Amino acid sequence: MKALLICEYRESQLLESTYELLAFAGQLGADTAMVLVGDAANTPRYGGKVYLADAATYGEYNPAAHKGLVLAAVEKESPDYIIFQHSSYGWDLAPRVAAALKSAQVSEVIGIVDGGFETGACNGKMRRTVKPATARVVLTIQAGAFTFEGEPQGTPQVEKLDFAGPANVQFVGYEPAEAKEVDLTRAEVIVSAGRGIGKQDNVPVIAALAKAISGELGASRPVVDAGWVEHSRQVGITGQTVSPKLYIACGISGAIQHLAGMKKSDFVVAINKDKDAPIGETADVLVVADVMKFAPALTAKLQG
Amino acid sequence: MKILVCIKQVPDMESRFKPDGAGLWFSEQDLAFRVNEYDEYAVEEAVQLREQLGDAVDLTVLSIGPDRVVEALKKVLAMGCDRAVHVQDPQAALKDPWQIAAIIAAFARDKGFELIFTGMQSQDRGSAQVGVALAEQLGIPSVTTIVAFDYADGAVTVKRELEGGIKGVVKLSAPALLTCQSGLNVPRYPTLPNIMKAKRKELLTVPVAELLHEEALATTASFHPPAKKGGGIVLEGDVAEMADQLIAILKERTTVLR
Repeated sequence: MKALLICEYRESQLLESTYELLAFAGQLGADTAMVLVGDAANTPRYGGKVYLADAATYGEYNPAAHKGLVLAAVEKESPDYIIFQHSSYGWDLAPRVAAALKSAQVSEVIGIVDGGFETGACNGKMRRTVKPATARVVLTIQAGAFTFEGEPQGTPQVEKLDFAGPANVQFVGYEPAEAKEVDLTRAEVIVSAGRGIGKQDNVPVIAALAKAISGELGASRPVVDAGWVEHSRQVGITGQTVSPKLYIACGISGAIQHLAGMKKSDFVVAINKDKDAPIGETADVLVVADVMKFAPALTAKLQG
Repeated sequence: MKILVCIKQVPDMESRFKPDGAGLWFSEQDLAFRVNEYDEYAVEEAVQLREQLGDAVDLTVLSIGPDRVVEALKKVLAMGCDRAVHVQDPQAALKDPWQIAAIIAAFARDKGFELIFTGMQSQDRGSAQVGVALAEQLGIPSVTTIVAFDYADGAVTVKRELEGGIKGVVKLSAPALLTCQSGLNVPRYPTLPNIMKAKRKELLTVPVAELLHEEALATTASFHPPAKKGGGIVLEGDVAEMADQLIAILKERTTVLR
């Protein structure tokens, strides 16, 4: 069994998430080769074969060329699996490769089970086992779901990869993240507000709890999208990735994109009226309550 | 200019989910359905473009599913779409993303849509495949996860959302497909006059058999709740008592309370 792993590379850097692909391939028990659209000075610490195309030639975001390059490597390796991260790069490119090969794609895989691949459903509340019906399969794996144990090592055997064909989009450039009002990555305590707080007027209640416990206010994505809390306080894959000593999730159901941003916290308290909310799986303590009743009570006790 | 928006009707994600009899998807009993959140951003962006360009735009919305999806179509007609297409398929939940894309492609091919908007993913299935697969089947460029959109004379400029708050700026030409991320805009609520007006808008019904000519590439083998890891402490009951219990736990297990 052979797996072709598609490396992640952005702003002239190989991303560490690349090694999660290796961890997953290890669980799959597959021989591996990699594809990197990057540069020769930033190859993975890996002892196998890396098909390298120059990002200076093809661009970091150029779906038609990246698809062509991956397909060229598929031609050479004839892999059973083609594996991407479920990331802004992977979910954009994987379906293009799958469509070209007419291969089954299973998205955001969290586990390998008898008869297929395990993936989340219904915002992470449920699970689905998906069984591919094609011989060759494209997978994207959930960010953070597979951890490479130990230190990656080795020097790859590099083979150049080429693709000739027109681009159908033009990448203009990157826009940096908005300036941060607060650096949550340094906070020892974070109290985050989620959709369960109900309305913008309730944000001060959560902010008051944060203050009472000497913490910073954080927020989940829906609360930021609604404009209740500014983006710099967003915790999650598209916001800040945090690891405080204490994380209190207030009315946050626990979408994967949020969990990936806070699961390295030392201690997690979730306040949620839904006992089945996915955040409960990550929480050391789950308080089953309406957060708008519980948060003021806790604040009062902390102040008292 | 013709624009297509593809929407899915999904259960309210606050619901309690139970597997159906076959254990392949959720039981619909006691579930309330709504428009997939990501698709609402897609609809809003298309409606805003329609407002920008005026009556030159013809905006079609399409949804695949059982008869209940008509409710979702009516809602987005009231948001400002011109016409709706209901691809009637009581078995839509058993289709894979490749087939769903193929159904839409069969409808859209040769109709001359300049722009197609979809959500970046559905909230229930979350595959994030249909939009891109549709674009690939139609042979048009696509960009995923957009958080900003600008259109002028066939030239499209979008911003893609990347990890860590960084954005990627991309230019492309119509015809093109965009998949929309939450936060792209603020979806409007339909007004009562627009809800009334929507009742007179065209709603075309097409049986799925007329459009589907592809086999599934993947199937669902099982739909089930996650295995309970347990281990965590669950507090239930009186609010004041729970607050005391939590403070005691935090004093014992963390160093942040003294």
